[in-house]
Amino acid sequence: MMSKPSYTIAITGLSNTDNPGPGIPVVRGIRESDKFNVRIIGLAYENMEPGIYMPEALDKTYLIPYPSVGIGPFMDRILEIHAKDPIDLIIPNLDAELYTFMKSANLLKENNIKTYLPSIEQFEERQKGELNSFGKKYGLKVPFSKSLTSVNDVPALKEDFEYPLLVKGKFYDAYIAYNSEQVINHFNKISAKWGLPVIIQEFIRGTEVNVVALGDGNGETIAAVPMRKQYINDKGKAWSGITLGDKKLLQITRELFQKNKWKGGMELEMIKTNQGEYFLIEINPRIPAWVYLAVGAGQNIPEALVLLAMGEKVSPMSEYEVGKMFIRYSYDLIGNISDFEKLSISGEL
Amino acid sequence: MRLKDNIAVSESGFLFDPNSGESFSVNSTGKELLRLISKGLSAEEIESTILEEYEVDKKTLYRYMDDFSHTLRRFNLLETEDDE
Repeated sequence: MMSKPSYTIAITGLSNTDNPGPGIPVVRGIRESDKFNVRIIGLAYENMEPGIYMPEALDKTYLIPYPSVGIGPFMDRILEIHAKDPIDLIIPNLDAELYTFMKSANLLKENNIKTYLPSIEQFEERQKGELNSFGKKYGLKVPFSKSLTSVNDVPALKEDFEYPLLVKGKFYDAYIAYNSEQVINHFNKISAKWGLPVIIQEFIRGTEVNVVALGDGNGETIAAVPMRKQYINDKGKAWSGITLGDKKLLQITRELFQKNKWKGGMELEMIKTNQGEYFLIEINPRIPAWVYLAVGAGQNIPEALVLLAMGEKVSPMSEYEVGKMFIRYSYDLIGNISDFEKLSISGEL
Repeated sequence: MRLKDNIAVSESGFLFDPNSGESFSVNSTGKELLRLISKGLSAEEIESTILEEYEVDKKTLYRYMDDFSHTLRRFNLLETEDDE
């Protein structure tokens, strides 16, 4: 009998607050795998990220600096951890850190750390500010968007847009604005938090539908599960959702992957209008926080990502259960000050 | 009048549209109408079945049937010519 391989996997995005990161759901999917044994290292940016303290989630946690410190110091810390606690695979789960990991792909490879990420070109062309050209290139309907770098450009928006419109940050946040005063207000708030540009997007009326998918980098869709949010919290995050049997949405996903040869996890955010048209509003270049719904519905995307990253062959999954729901909840963990102290002082737990 | 193929109707009168993720609940009359629709009966056949089995006058039945079919159509639960 062949023994199962053992992998050490480092994971980011461990926040499990009302703006949850995908880290813990990814860990849950990986831990459910019967194809490999795993040791999970959590890479945390803050010492209060709840995932650190969740029992049976992580085997070890290290604090890492924010990518804004620069690629050099950031990767120094990753390699310092790797020297002490060898990592086979890193799964970054946050938009803002992906660029740093993609840029460091060669360095990580030289140090025998695997990743499973899109190329920089794939990452860049789906940026929110590039949505118009992305839609044109891949034959997808997209709402008209414009990138703004100055608040002085707001009055001129009325030439291209009708109100209401959406004001979006380059990584996160989206607000609806009904007049130019509200645009200015949102512009200032978003640019202070996420930097420039701020994206202005045509508001499309309809129902938001999302797909979590995994591409193998050769045009094959390894997994794809569509979902509709059923309840959204005040941060706009899904608090419950349900899997859909929307074949058109799956077809759009497969056709896109076939054309752009996406490698890694992705979340497609689309609006389905009452007329049955689909508009792509955003592509998140990583696994979303609701990925465990896909696992529960029959497609273990985190497990498949690990296998692909480790060079295993994974057959495309086409089956999943329609009508599966997820419901998030909050729960008070009891922690010890000694753990907090250890993490704060030594940077590891 | 035909319900879309993939619409699931439970014994309790709970409808789930897997394409949109929407769910609905109907009362016992709605449940009975859905049962007859699912059997493939035409609107006329449904009307005559209801008139035979229940104490209702034609005018009231037509009004409610009309309302009900409009509601089903509004929520995209019925097959349209485009679907066929």
